[in-house]
Amino acid sequence: MPACSPTRNPFTAQETPAVGVAIEGLSKSFGPRLVLDNITLSVEPGEIFVLMGPSGSGKSVLLRHIVGLEAPSAGRVTINRQDATAETTREHVRMAIVFQAGALFNSLSVYDNLALYLREHRVTNEAGIREKVMRALQILSLEGAAEKFPSELSGGMKKRVAIARALVMEPQLMLYDEPTSELDPVMSATISEIIASLKNEYHVTTVVVSHDRDLALNIAERVGILMDGRLIFLGTPDQLRQPEDPQVANFLYPKIDLKNPRYKQLET
Amino acid sequence: MKQLLSIFESFGSTLELLVRAGSYVGTLPRQRARFIEQCYLIGYTTLPIVAILSFFIGSVLALQAGYSMQNFGAKQFIGSLVGLSMARELGPVMVAILLAGRVGSAITAELASMKVYQEVDALVTMNIPPARMLVLPRLAAALAMVPVLAIIADLVGWFGGAIVAKYVAFISIEPESYFAVLRRYMVFKDVLNGLIKAESFGFVVVLVCCNIGLNTRGGPREIGAAVTRAVVVSLILILVLDYFITKALM
Repeated sequence: MPACSPTRNPFTAQETPAVGVAIEGLSKSFGPRLVLDNITLSVEPGEIFVLMGPSGSGKSVLLRHIVGLEAPSAGRVTINRQDATAETTREHVRMAIVFQAGALFNSLSVYDNLALYLREHRVTNEAGIREKVMRALQILSLEGAAEKFPSELSGGMKKRVAIARALVMEPQLMLYDEPTSELDPVMSATISEIIASLKNEYHVTTVVVSHDRDLALNIAERVGILMDGRLIFLGTPDQLRQPEDPQVANFLYPKIDLKNPRYKQLET
Repeated sequence: MKQLLSIFESFGSTLELLVRAGSYVGTLPRQRARFIEQCYLIGYTTLPIVAILSFFIGSVLALQAGYSMQNFGAKQFIGSLVGLSMARELGPVMVAILLAGRVGSAITAELASMKVYQEVDALVTMNIPPARMLVLPRLAAALAMVPVLAIIADLVGWFGGAIVAKYVAFISIEPESYFAVLRRYMVFKDVLNGLIKAESFGFVVVLVCCNIGLNTRGGPREIGAAVTRAVVVSLILILVLDYFITKALM
């Protein structure tokens, strides 16, 4: 793994080392079902890595392994050479995940959702917390939503609040699970721009799990494609524009054939 | 065999949760707001139903006792019967059952929904242990509030018995003699034993309900199933523990 480039803290402009992720021979089974099959890849410090694949291909499970929420059946995941499942890793490496549905705390206002991490870890006093929270809300254009509750927010706002909540943690590693799903094209583009801007401005190592071809082609530095738990493609967005592998081509550029639809092909 | 294994697994995970929550006990002073909120939910909001049920349990006890004991001229002992029954058995068990049905189910529903909708995962990734933030304040609040509820249940139950004893024609015992008999045949240990039982039941109910909530997987349907399981397991544990604690305190 190359030497770590620094991550710039969005609030203090101080620099902390960016982190790299290494996945070696990772397999995961749930009962008899093999969800991930011998995955090996690495995410370099400060890189945007986009992981694509059809629904049920194991992308989110892989993401949960990186953040230590799942234990591998075989193989290992390390973050800066520390085991991702070890509780001490979360103490040494600040990582944040933006869940698909936001996973905002429904009983807390937007402000308190963002302040929770800072309060629990006693990062600073209430005035300092206010400053950091308002700065994060400003970065995500959410100043007017501070006192709202998650149930009062639109889908796009929830995603942005989830990103803002991750941002106040000043993460060295940001993970996004389907950040543009269920959003209209403009909002999807906005979220993609936010992800790229955060990475460019603060050099955060970023892993994005997504179906979104436009997001992958526009913001990724490298892309991986998972299919049935196996990594079938690992390369740059340029390589993806004209894929050689028919499976990859069919996934990224599926043709809509009204005369011979897929469901009928499956029946025969 | 599979079910037995699952029971052992649940027992193990409940103990593990207890140890984890216990290891954060030093953080309780700075979780004051959460502790007070849980005291309000466990204590204050449960109080009206505890009072209503205790009043009528005490009343029915006095009525039944008066009806049965009048035949052999022992109705003057109603005060001691109601007093001992409420303090040693009915007060603690009733409070625990209400706690399981009202508070335990709400705890499981809340934590299960937080688990299913990934709020618990979000806490873990923020390096905020759920045992510290979600379990410890609830356990501490149960320890603080359940004895208070049990004492109120005892007092209201005795009072309900006294009213029936005075106003039901075939009993007609004045409150002074009702409470005099109650005091004569009761010792402080009777009340204390009841409080120990209530405290144990309340603690176990909240711990079990937290554990079931935090171990829920799946979707909305599993949240409902988790709530049902939490209440059923709590009720069984209350009655099983009741036997063993009663035996141990004799």
